[in-house]
Amino acid sequence: MAYFDAASTEPLHPQAREALISALDAGWADPARLYGSARRAKMLLEQARSEIAEVLGCRSDELSFTASGTQAVHLGVLGALRGRRRAGRRLVVSAAEHSSVLHAGQVHEAEGGSMETVGVGRTGVVDLEAFGAAVRAEGTALACLQSANHEVGTVQPVAEAAGLCAGAGVPLLVDAAQTAGRGPVPPGWSLLAASAHKWGGPAGVGVLAVRKGTRWRSPLPEDERERRRVPGFENVPAVVAAAAALRAVAAEAEREGARLAALVDRVRAEVPRLVPDVEVIGEPVARVPHIVTFSCLYVEGEALLTELDRAGFSVSSGSSCTASTLRPSHVLEAMGVLTHGNVRVSLPRGASEADVDRFLAVLPDAVRRIREEAGVKL
Amino acid sequence: MTSRQTSEEDVGQAPALTIDALGKKCPIPIIMLAERINHVPLNGVVAVLADDPAAFTDIPAWCRLKSHRHVASHELPQGGWAIHVRRNY
Repeated sequence: MAYFDAASTEPLHPQAREALISALDAGWADPARLYGSARRAKMLLEQARSEIAEVLGCRSDELSFTASGTQAVHLGVLGALRGRRRAGRRLVVSAAEHSSVLHAGQVHEAEGGSMETVGVGRTGVVDLEAFGAAVRAEGTALACLQSANHEVGTVQPVAEAAGLCAGAGVPLLVDAAQTAGRGPVPPGWSLLAASAHKWGGPAGVGVLAVRKGTRWRSPLPEDERERRRVPGFENVPAVVAAAAALRAVAAEAEREGARLAALVDRVRAEVPRLVPDVEVIGEPVARVPHIVTFSCLYVEGEALLTELDRAGFSVSSGSSCTASTLRPSHVLEAMGVLTHGNVRVSLPRGASEADVDRFLAVLPDAVRRIREEAGVKL
Repeated sequence: MTSRQTSEEDVGQAPALTIDALGKKCPIPIIMLAERINHVPLNGVVAVLADDPAAFTDIPAWCRLKSHRHVASHELPQGGWAIHVRRNY
């Protein structure tokens, strides 16, 4: 079985597993208390915080742990909008943001705020000129841009967007879920969100960084946890494991990223050569190393996932037939690319060249069979 | 999702063929279009009636990949769209 769905979740890093098991014994107590086992849990939590902060490029006291990357985005977006309420109630997002950003924006709209969605080009890159105009508009409280797109791998011009936001005096929230641990976070953000299970940590740990001086007010009832940013008892063992994974993947990121990028290059080049009527999607160069997406004309996405699963490949799809909503991916729609017959291959750490070769060997027949069964004679 | 069109002067042209793909899921409307586009003369217009949301994006994308022309997409009163495509070759 070849697991090619790292963009959904990266398998647990062996060092995270090891750290998790030992922290279950050493870090179970309440880090808010004052006795020995509690102080040990607190020490483990703060040690993990400072390690993660260092990799992400922020201060420890700017970083809070949440229950997920999605929760980090929700708290980041809604908290920044609350904190900037006097500046206005406009939220600016790119059309290719993760659904967690758009869902938070919908809550903001339901509460009387507004959300402006800035379009992306055919390869998924945000329209910077439109983004700049949108953040300069009167009453803009917050802008959001992902570091890279989770469905097509396109890297967004975050540094340029941050410059535009700074010029307008608007904070920028960067959703770094697909790049944290894979490379440096571009400078200039005011809020940063990421998710540990995407970098090989355990599920149940998100991170939200709020730069010193950024206005933020909790949209949730507050308690004393996580500097009053995230209520509820911290999952210290999982946070410790998340830090171990991040340290490990960041140390090997450059080498492993180059290796995965070469494998993705091969998929990008070979798929259109081996399969007729296919569109490879997303930026060819300014992209993350591990994601490649393509759509096959006249093919039902669900049928293709089933065929590939039978052949031993775990991949995902943005086609509507594979979504619970029966709508195509909003990212593919925003890009104006084929949404049916869509396959996202996202390579985990250590993905083997032999598995990629085998994928390229089985794909053409899988597509041909589905087209034949559908009676496509083109 | 509202109607969209690529060029004003193309819009008036009456379809030479209408394909009813209402109720059909992608890729079936695209397959129907690809099989029948050559049934209209060169520069003739095919109207695809479709209500699968994927068709709204995918038919214009198909036109781009196959070098035909997406003329316009008009919303239908009962839901869905009439997506007009001009045969280019």
